[in-house]
Amino acid sequence: MSTLTEAREITFAQAVNEALREEMERDEKIIILGEDVAAAGGVWKLTEGLLDRFGSDRVLDTPISEGGIAGLGVGAAMTGMRPIVEIMFGDFLTLVMDQLVNQAAKMYYMSGGRYRVPIVIRTTLGAGRRLAAQHSQSLHAWLAHIPGLKVVLPSTPYDAKGLLKTAIRDNNPVIFFEDKLMYQKKGQVPSSSDPYTIPFGQADIKREGSDVTVVATSSMVYVALDAAEALAAENVSVEVIDPRTLTPLDEEGLVSSVRKTSRCLVIDEGYQRFGVTAEIAAVISQKAFYHLEAPVERMGAMDVPVPFSPVLEDQTIPNADRVVGVVRRLVKGNG
Amino acid sequence: MDLATSKPEAAPAARYEKTFLVNLYRQMLSIREFEEQVQDLYNRTLIPGIAHLSCGQEAVAVGVCSALQSDDYITSTHRGHGHCLAKGADMGKMFAELFGKVDGYCRGKGGSMHIANQDVGNLGANAIVGAGMSLATGAALSAKLQKTTRVSVCFFGDGALNQGILLESMNMAALWRLPVIYVCENNQYGEYLPMERVTAGDVAKRGEAFDIPSTKADGMNVLTVYECAQRAISRARTGQGPSFLVLDTYRYYGHGMSDRNRAYRSREEERHWRETRDPIMRFAALLVENGHLTTKNLELIQAEVREETLAAIEFGTNSPFPKPEEVAQHVYAD
Repeated sequence: MSTLTEAREITFAQAVNEALREEMERDEKIIILGEDVAAAGGVWKLTEGLLDRFGSDRVLDTPISEGGIAGLGVGAAMTGMRPIVEIMFGDFLTLVMDQLVNQAAKMYYMSGGRYRVPIVIRTTLGAGRRLAAQHSQSLHAWLAHIPGLKVVLPSTPYDAKGLLKTAIRDNNPVIFFEDKLMYQKKGQVPSSSDPYTIPFGQADIKREGSDVTVVATSSMVYVALDAAEALAAENVSVEVIDPRTLTPLDEEGLVSSVRKTSRCLVIDEGYQRFGVTAEIAAVISQKAFYHLEAPVERMGAMDVPVPFSPVLEDQTIPNADRVVGVVRRLVKGNG
Repeated sequence: MDLATSKPEAAPAARYEKTFLVNLYRQMLSIREFEEQVQDLYNRTLIPGIAHLSCGQEAVAVGVCSALQSDDYITSTHRGHGHCLAKGADMGKMFAELFGKVDGYCRGKGGSMHIANQDVGNLGANAIVGAGMSLATGAALSAKLQKTTRVSVCFFGDGALNQGILLESMNMAALWRLPVIYVCENNQYGEYLPMERVTAGDVAKRGEAFDIPSTKADGMNVLTVYECAQRAISRARTGQGPSFLVLDTYRYYGHGMSDRNRAYRSREEERHWRETRDPIMRFAALLVENGHLTTKNLELIQAEVREETLAAIEFGTNSPFPKPEEVAQHVYAD
């Protein structure tokens, strides 16, 4: 972290709220559209206070109409506004795929560079809240697959604030994924007088280590950090690196960590099959091949719909124990 | 008033300046000529891919766009050449785009189904049926929030009436009184099926359900279209919210270039529309009847339009293809 002089400890939710507020103060073209984002302050309370501060022309309560609000956002973005659209649960991205994939992502390209679409879609990912199959998925890989979109996965309050500001200032459609289990997580964030932003495409080392690299996204960073702490007791030094953005991806940052440690595990809460872990593992396998002491391992969510029953749900998400097991195998050649 | 069967006389041409009327005629003729040339160029494999012609529907594009200002927005459809021309596009840049050439409106990256023209508020054709509805509504939201008097027109076909996004868009447009005009070009067929096979109920009621003023009118009569559009646009411009126009028209050719035998309808039906309701022929007859133009004038205009079109084709033909490195340009904006 750069500026800790005037840092305070705030929650992830507060960091998002501060980024929204400060950016809306800076640029009056920024509007927020979403279900219950205005009067109620958002179901996660992330937009609390913004209606009072900016009024109902800039913070708009919409019908439950995801395709429509995303489409209105794209149309408004093409014509001079900078909309932030909240899609309450990442699972509802299924309802806005045309607006994001066929419209927002391609507009700049299809128009030969004439129409920019500066829109931010804020949404969630992550299981663990006992919300079952349609409110728990992590579908960020779908959007990372599409050229023209940028995909951001903050893991700390500091990153959330700095990356959201960058997302809002970007002239492209950006999908900003927040793990709903992290909203109350606290962390050091500089005071509002520090206008810091975090550029896209810069991975961040969350813990330095020398024996094995664990690449972890979003809340999986905490799983990795817990595992690293446990492994330290066994004299295994784990480096935890967070790509922070999938598109653009800091390939060089990830690869240089693995060149140093020569072993790698990639964890992400999206489905393992055809997912983020597959892409990152492929990049590392190819670009750090001659430095690797073992095949790159990966761990995603279990390839099942997310079950409701807690005893079942917990099995589907990567956890520190399983990470410890894989890292031991990587380092010692057995589990 | 049921305007669906209105005769050209119903909208008295006497109310308008001669230059305005002649311009309507010339624009419709340009679209017809453009489309006929596209058909020929496609058949000679000079236009790659696919194209959807709007011959027969010229009065809708020209009638609506003539009531707009150049900074008003439109969204268009896969059958969008007419909208693009009527909103003020240059034919040469359009041909260049259809040829996939670098001087096209989209540097050859969009083609027939994605042609857009930022200079005059054309937000683009769209190859996803109905997708323009929410984009046009968003542009209207933008116009309202920026406190401009711009309006936004959303063109779509009858085939798009059954996309859910229409309901979502109309609902928000009505709630927030957005300056948007939904223009349904009912050309009677959605791809290969007649409208009544796929569309239930009276479609104007879909707008009325949101308290959006909804009008059915003869889309083959350019002055009728112009007057309906003007009423809707003036409502939108003065903060009174959205309108819905359902304009009856007919596409003379198939859905796309591969739809050649049109087995789903009779040649007799096609002849009926072409011979008794053609928007260009009927309007020309009216202009002659009212003494605005002579037959000789008409022939002169036809020759001029033909010449302009051929010059535009030449411009497009002479334009170079994009350089190979352009393939990775414009994926992301700076």
